[in-house]
Amino acid sequence: MELLGVAVSMLAMFAGFGVLIGLLFGFFGMGGSFLVTPALLVMGYRTDVAVASGLAFVFGTSVIATLKHRDLGQVDYKLGVLMIAGTTAGIEVGKIGLHWLQDIGLANTVVSIAYVGLLGGIGVFITYNALKSDGEGGVSHDAEDMDVEEAAEDIPDIAKKIQSYNIPPMMGIKGGLKVSLWMILGVAFATGLLSGFLGVGGGFIRMPALFYLIGVPVPVAVGTDLFEIVFSGGIGSFLYAMDGAVDLAIVAPLLAGSALGARLGAAATSLVEEDDIKVYFGIMLLLGSIAVAVREIGGVIEMPVLDVVSLAIIVGAAMLVSGAVVVSSIRELRAQGPTATAQSAD
Amino acid sequence: MFGLENAAGPTGAAILIGIVLVEALLLYVGYGVLESVLGPTIARALRGD
Repeated sequence: MELLGVAVSMLAMFAGFGVLIGLLFGFFGMGGSFLVTPALLVMGYRTDVAVASGLAFVFGTSVIATLKHRDLGQVDYKLGVLMIAGTTAGIEVGKIGLHWLQDIGLANTVVSIAYVGLLGGIGVFITYNALKSDGEGGVSHDAEDMDVEEAAEDIPDIAKKIQSYNIPPMMGIKGGLKVSLWMILGVAFATGLLSGFLGVGGGFIRMPALFYLIGVPVPVAVGTDLFEIVFSGGIGSFLYAMDGAVDLAIVAPLLAGSALGARLGAAATSLVEEDDIKVYFGIMLLLGSIAVAVREIGGVIEMPVLDVVSLAIIVGAAMLVSGAVVVSSIRELRAQGPTATAQSAD
Repeated sequence: MFGLENAAGPTGAAILIGIVLVEALLLYVGYGVLESVLGPTIARALRGD
C-alpha cells in the first residue's frame, strides 16, 4: 500500500522513529539529530541523502521547537545573532583545519577520536555532576518550566569567572546578566571551530557551552541554541537540496512523528523530576560515543556488521531514556491521583 | 514524494525547504490545537479520573 508514491510501512516506521527522537528533543532540548543520519546510513541510504535529509529534519524540528520557546520568552535574539556570527567564523577555520588533516591523511583518525572523546567527555561530565550533586547544579534541561530569573541564579563558577571580565562592550542577556561581547564571540568561535572540525551541527556542544561558559540560564540557552539551529540547519539543507540530496519521503514522516514526540517530551518536563532522568541523559551520550567508536573500528577492520551494532547501541540508548521519561511521567500522573487539579499537558 | 524526487538547483531546493518549513508550521499549529483539546482528557484518564 502506498501514499503519495511511498510505502505506508516506511512512512509509519519513520513517523515512529520521529516520535522517539522528538521525545528526547522535547525533554532535553537536544539529542535528536545524531540519531537520524547513522540510522539512514545503516538502512542503506547514500551518505549525501542521509546527511541532507538529517539536516532538513533538524531544520524542521528546530523551527517547531524555537516557536515553542519563543512563546515562553526563552529566545535571546541578540545573543543568537552574535552566536551565529562567531560560530560561522569558527566553522570556516575548523574546515581549514580539517582540509589540512585530509591533505596529510589523518582526517578520519583525528576526527573520530575527537568526536568520541568530546561526546564521551560531555557524557561523563553531565553524569558526574548529576551523581555528585544529587540533583543540585549540572545541566538541567527543564527548559519549559524553569523561570528565567530563577535559573539565572544557578550559574556555574566558571561562568561567573568569565562574566567577571569586564572587557567592553558589555551586553545584557536574558536573565538580567551582563557579559562581554568578546567572551560571547570567543565561546561562539570555539564551538563553531569544533563543529567545522567534526562536521556536526554542534548543538550538543553549544548548549552546554552557553550555560557552563557564559552563564546563560538553561531555558534561554536551549531556546537560543534552537534559534541558531534554524539558520544552520536551513542553510545546510538548502545547499544539499541544490544537489537533489534531500528526500522528502524521509523528512516529512520523521518531522510529523517528532513534532508529536516533542510535545509529549515538553509536557513530561512539567511532570518528571528532571534530576532523576539527567543521569540517563549523560549515559546516553556515553553510549553514543561508544557507538561511534564501534562504527569507526568497524570501518578500520572492514566489518560492516559493526555499523548495525553501533546503530543498535544508539537506538537502544534512546529507547531506554525516552522509556524512562514516559514511565516516570505516567507514574507521576498516577501519584497525583484522581482528586488532583487537572494540569495542562503542556 | 509530491513528484519532487528530481528537484534540484536553487528553485528545487527552495521549494523543498519551503515545504519542510510549511509542514513544520502546520504541525506546530495542528498539534497545539490537538494538545489543548485532548491533553486534559488524556491526563485525567492517566490519573484514573
